[in-house]
Amino acid sequence: MAEPIHADATLQTTPLHEAHVALGARMVPFAGYDMPVQYPTGILTEHSWTREHAGLFDVSHMGQAVLKAADGSHETVARALESLIPADIVNLKPGQQRYSQLLDDTGGILDDLMVSRPLDPADSGTLLLVVNASMKDADYAHMEGRLPAGVSLTRADDRALIALQGPSAADVMARLAPEAADMTFMASRPMTVAGFACHVSRSGYTGEDGYEISVSASDAAALWQALLADPEVKPIGLGARDSLRLEAGLCLYGHDIDTTTSPIEAGLIWSIQKRRREEGGFPGAERIQREIRDGASRVRVGLKPEGRAPAREGAIIATPDGREVGLVTSGGFGPTVNGPVAMGYVSRDASAPGTELHLIVRGKPIPARVAPMPFAPHRYKR
Amino acid sequence: MTTRYTKDHEYIRLEGDTATVGISDYAQAQLGDVVYVELPSVGKALTKGGEAAVVESVKAASEIYAPVSGEVVAVNAELESAPATVNEDPAGRGWFLKMSVKDPAELEALMTEEQYQEFVKSIS
Repeated sequence: MAEPIHADATLQTTPLHEAHVALGARMVPFAGYDMPVQYPTGILTEHSWTREHAGLFDVSHMGQAVLKAADGSHETVARALESLIPADIVNLKPGQQRYSQLLDDTGGILDDLMVSRPLDPADSGTLLLVVNASMKDADYAHMEGRLPAGVSLTRADDRALIALQGPSAADVMARLAPEAADMTFMASRPMTVAGFACHVSRSGYTGEDGYEISVSASDAAALWQALLADPEVKPIGLGARDSLRLEAGLCLYGHDIDTTTSPIEAGLIWSIQKRRREEGGFPGAERIQREIRDGASRVRVGLKPEGRAPAREGAIIATPDGREVGLVTSGGFGPTVNGPVAMGYVSRDASAPGTELHLIVRGKPIPARVAPMPFAPHRYKR
Repeated sequence: MTTRYTKDHEYIRLEGDTATVGISDYAQAQLGDVVYVELPSVGKALTKGGEAAVVESVKAASEIYAPVSGEVVAVNAELESAPATVNEDPAGRGWFLKMSVKDPAELEALMTEEQYQEFVKSIS
């Protein structure tokens, strides 16, 4: 067995670090932060608890930032962001959130992010961004270097982010924040949760109904405890976060998407609204519009290996006669599926659901089929 | 009955002229939930320190190395359908394989139970 990784004194911590340690979490380095990979009950139990009850996740390592137009105009701030991402932000309604990608000039993905337009007209001309922990410094530098005069980016490093996910999340939130019950998937608005001023969105990274709650770092530990006090809620680490998002077919930046993949190859065309597909005007638009028109030469697909052996990131995907057609980008054991699941990129001619392929694991071919995603059905509140 | 341990957290327990190989309780706790175990075929020749099996947790795959040289004489088929047995009873029902021991001196060179517990304390 390989040696365990020991904590590094140079790691950053979130405002909930002490709470994790007190809960007996196993802490590991992740994106420069000392983060809980699991609590004592283990990843399988945490995964199932989230699918059946409500899981509480510390995602404070993620980057929160505010984009602001000096003229207070939504149009101004939306156009500025639209020059960097392919989503329609101009027509994003107040109190709504959208998933998108920061693109480089070739249409490769620099990062994926969530964009919210505040509900309150007093906040007009601002957008709230959430980006990946590992990419935040690069993202902010990229954006600041390209924003027009009159639009500025402010890091919100003084805020924590807590996700509550699972079928019981709505009931738990309703007890602490009655307004949360009326929200639908991808709605976003400020509200008081357990007495603390928060900004809440109905979204997440598990495929379940749930919320992401932005709160000031100084209130984070008290809000965490208030949520955890509900018997339906248990803390969930990064291990189960990964198995949950994999079963939900959601991309992990740096693995399933990066600068070598376009949003079309990644199957993220749903996140590019009609107006943007037609008008373009985002980095790499020429390539992305061409891929929309003609199809991409390779695409991200779900893969279901036969048997029990997981195929992990890096496994070669081949046809049964041995022709290499792609690579696994995420893979492992799906506790809800109760079997191995994976995703990866394959050439278009090998991408139809049901296509029989081989995944090369430790030199041996494991038969697998292209499978529709998600592997576990999404249960969002539409 | 002699049980010895490797620095990679495998145990080897000599019973008569065959030895049972598995992973320590410390190792199963470090791995977390085991979801798959790949076992060698019976008859396979193992070399001390070479790969003998692969154990997969939800997070990652880890190699299990042969504590000594010898030949696989049996594997624990129960782990195919119930890999979590490795977590539940690593020293008992969660064994991986049984092997012959080519050179008993290799076994003697490994850590005793007491030495292994000291070793675990020093790294945790």
